[in-house]
Amino acid sequence: MSRAPEPLFLARRTYRRRRLMDAARLLPVLGLFIFLLPLVWGEALGTARAGLALVAAWVFLIVLAGALARALTLGWSDEGAPQRDAPAAAVPPPDKGGF
Amino acid sequence: MLSINVLVAVCLGYVGFLFLIAFVAEKRAAAGRSAWLRSPWVYTLSLSIYCTGWTFYGAVGFAARSGLEFVTIYLGPTLVMVGWWALLRKLVQVGRRQRITSIADLISSRYGKSAFLGGLVTLLAVVGTTPYIALQLQSVTLSVAVFSPGDGAGARPESVAFWVAAGLVVFTILFGTRNLDVNERHDGVVTAIAVEAVVKLIALVAVGAFVVWGVAGGAGAVVELIDGSPIAAWEVAPDRWITLTFLAAAAFLTLPRMFHVLVVENSDESHLATASWAFPAYLLLISLFVVPIAVVGLATMPLGANPDLFVLTVPLAFDREWLAMLSFIGGFSSATSMVIVAAIALSTMVSNHVVLPIWLSLRGQTATMSGDVRYVVLLSRRISILGVLGLGYLYYVYSGGGAALAAIGLVSFAGLAQALPALLGAVFWRGATRVGAAAGLIMGLLVWGYTLFLPSFGSGTIFSETLMTEGPWGIAALRPQALLFDAGMDPLVHAVFWSLSLNMLAFLVGSLLSFPTPLERLQGADFVGVDRAVTSPGFVARPVSTEDLLLMSQRLLGPAEAQSLFGAEAARQGIVGYLPDPTPAFLERLEKRLAGSVGGATAHAMLAQITGGTQVSVEDLMRVADEAAQIMEYSSQLEAKSTELTRTAVQLREANDKLKALSIQKDAFLAQISHELRTPMTSIRAFSEILKDAESIAAGDRQKYSAIIHDESLRLTRLLDDLLDLNVLENGQVSLNIQSTTLGGVLDRAIRAADGQDEPRRLRIRRTRADENIEIVTDPDRLSQVFINIIANARKYCRSERPELTIRVLGDGDRFSVDFIDNGDGIPQRSQALIFEKFARLGDHSRAGGAGLGLAICREIMAKLGGAIDYLPGQGGAAFRVTLPPRRAQAA
Repeated sequence: MSRAPEPLFLARRTYRRRRLMDAARLLPVLGLFIFLLPLVWGEALGTARAGLALVAAWVFLIVLAGALARALTLGWSDEGAPQRDAPAAAVPPPDKGGF
Repeated sequence: MLSINVLVAVCLGYVGFLFLIAFVAEKRAAAGRSAWLRSPWVYTLSLSIYCTGWTFYGAVGFAARSGLEFVTIYLGPTLVMVGWWALLRKLVQVGRRQRITSIADLISSRYGKSAFLGGLVTLLAVVGTTPYIALQLQSVTLSVAVFSPGDGAGARPESVAFWVAAGLVVFTILFGTRNLDVNERHDGVVTAIAVEAVVKLIALVAVGAFVVWGVAGGAGAVVELIDGSPIAAWEVAPDRWITLTFLAAAAFLTLPRMFHVLVVENSDESHLATASWAFPAYLLLISLFVVPIAVVGLATMPLGANPDLFVLTVPLAFDREWLAMLSFIGGFSSATSMVIVAAIALSTMVSNHVVLPIWLSLRGQTATMSGDVRYVVLLSRRISILGVLGLGYLYYVYSGGGAALAAIGLVSFAGLAQALPALLGAVFWRGATRVGAAAGLIMGLLVWGYTLFLPSFGSGTIFSETLMTEGPWGIAALRPQALLFDAGMDPLVHAVFWSLSLNMLAFLVGSLLSFPTPLERLQGADFVGVDRAVTSPGFVARPVSTEDLLLMSQRLLGPAEAQSLFGAEAARQGIVGYLPDPTPAFLERLEKRLAGSVGGATAHAMLAQITGGTQVSVEDLMRVADEAAQIMEYSSQLEAKSTELTRTAVQLREANDKLKALSIQKDAFLAQISHELRTPMTSIRAFSEILKDAESIAAGDRQKYSAIIHDESLRLTRLLDDLLDLNVLENGQVSLNIQSTTLGGVLDRAIRAADGQDEPRRLRIRRTRADENIEIVTDPDRLSQVFINIIANARKYCRSERPELTIRVLGDGDRFSVDFIDNGDGIPQRSQALIFEKFARLGDHSRAGGAGLGLAICREIMAKLGGAIDYLPGQGGAAFRVTLPPRRAQAA
């Protein structure tokens, strides 16, 4: 069952959505980065202010995650069932009949 | 001070409330009105079982001892949640697709439904979770002790722990083992946990708000208080910060209870999206007031007070008894919710991966046919719950509580994190194999046990002092907390570093060197490609009795459900009744349905007992590949057919063009024929009319006219004869009168016949008679017809003053040809190709006696005789070469 090759260029919307997924995958990396910052600045700031900075970073990350989650689930129906944007889905799988 | 009786009453009331919540939720779910039960908010709140009694109380103590380091326990899960798209989404998809019941089930299913791996992960989970359950019991006992100051008259710690454990067993068994199919989810339990999540958040925030605004006097004052506290300076070791963050992230995924709520209880992928930001927000709120409570506690409580209990003791110290009560309920909630889910998750694992496989192997082949397996499964699950909580209780009693237990949280995290490489490999790396996973898990388990778990009991208990400081048998490189050489690493960092590194190494090397079984490869493709909807066959058609399948399924699912399942399948196949054909697709669906009850490995084993084979064989895979190949071949056949059709279309078009051209030719031929027929007819009609109408015609004239009519009739007859002749020749209906004769004889006849038409005789014919004495076998009449035609043509068309025809015979003993060369003008080159066509006549029509069919007839005759007639250019005049067929051997 050779899968239909993915097109080289995607429509603008699909392209945006792909980059959105990339962003969602990269978000924990950003999170790790800002969570490691206290190691750099902690001694200069002291516990109180480092703690506040950490809270601010945390809030920032939460807001970002919320925005991404909203954008990613925009097309999903209430019942879940995420719509895959894989172009392969447009091609119905051949009736294998055997398994 | 609140009396212990009030405390017990409140506690019982709260527990009763939880029972009620769970009961109502189950009722609503059963009635199908579970919309709000299945909201993303309940899912998010249920994740809060991550925050156990240990984190509820212990985080403050942690902060009081080492500042902000405690927050790493929440940062790790935050990272995992915000990265839901990369990992959790995939886990949830796999979980739904494979009907995963636990982390042990996931790993076992991925690596070829291996019962061994399932058992191994279960062992890891039990070893890692039991101390954790003990820790929860301890946190409840300690918090109870706060309310009954140390005269010992109140409650003994052991009895508190016992009753708490007993109550938890009852709750868990009641609501956790109501359904067999874990995929049907525990609405009651999840709802109760969500309520508890709210309670503990409110409790902690309330205590925090009281501390900040009630005691310290505002946020600014708290900052000053922190700056003046023992933890003002930042003293976090970077290695511990990174290790703890990583460990928390890993444990968040691999803790059995977390896996259970994250994956197994997930009813909708989109809930993850909400939880991805809402749960980090929950964690932020939980940890927001930890440092303030810690510093206020440090500042206000007497020296030596247990900082782990500041959440309780600070409100009590300021006489806020009801706040302390709320706080106690919060801690109680944290502890109980964790224990309940952990017990459900562990009991599922123990029952599916330890009890059932053993039971199955003991029953052997008869396992499928006797008794209602559902009771066995439920019973084993209930006993497992009892066992897990009993182990926790015993652990608590025999470890004696205290500081040794407090450290066990991170030890437990590190132990369960050993499942991480196998888990990540399961969903991201198709090359991960059972051997690799087993090697990694065993290696991780051993190193973790040696470097962290066993030393955690304190030196002198299991490992002796000397072993800890000098290594076993004095081998310094094997010191449990300083492998290879003593770099002064933190023991936890050291253990996590070595255990996970060696675990991963063993996993990678094992996977790279081993070869997976077909089933592993199928499952690997299915797991890794789950978001690309790759379908993989797990079963292949074998002669199976559907009745046996139904019998077994009834024992696992209950008669009603099994019958409806089989009935639906039969309807799908278009069969009336309850016995569908055991197609591979149906077997796979059935296995996944059963896997939801007893786990993938057990379901596979049970089904395999009936279907005969234990695993997908290479032959089966080949057959599957064959089918794929057939599909490909079919499509290439279609392609070939399509090109063939194109080709045929082109051919048809060509044929059509040819037919059109032929039609035009035919029209031209008919027009020619009509013309040829009409010319003599016109003369015949005209002269016969004159003869008929004219009264007086001179006899000479009548003679002349009659002659013309006669001539024209002859010409007409000749034309019709020629046409008939040509038609007969072209259609191959001619019969040849083959006989032996000499060439000279045939030529003589031909010249005589031609001479008869020649009045007066003008043409001079030159022959070499000696050459003509050749015996040939042919139809002499037909051959002479050809010769006559050529000679007559020469007579007609040769325009020389003294026309002359040279007849030359050439030959090499076998093939002979006769050339007829006249001394006229010859035939222009552009017309040479046309002269053998019908009605081809060059130049002056009046001189032609025939209709232009002569040479066409000659060509047909020669073709019939096996020879040929060609125009011979370059001879001065018109020249024709008649090639005779090769002489037959017997003719000589």
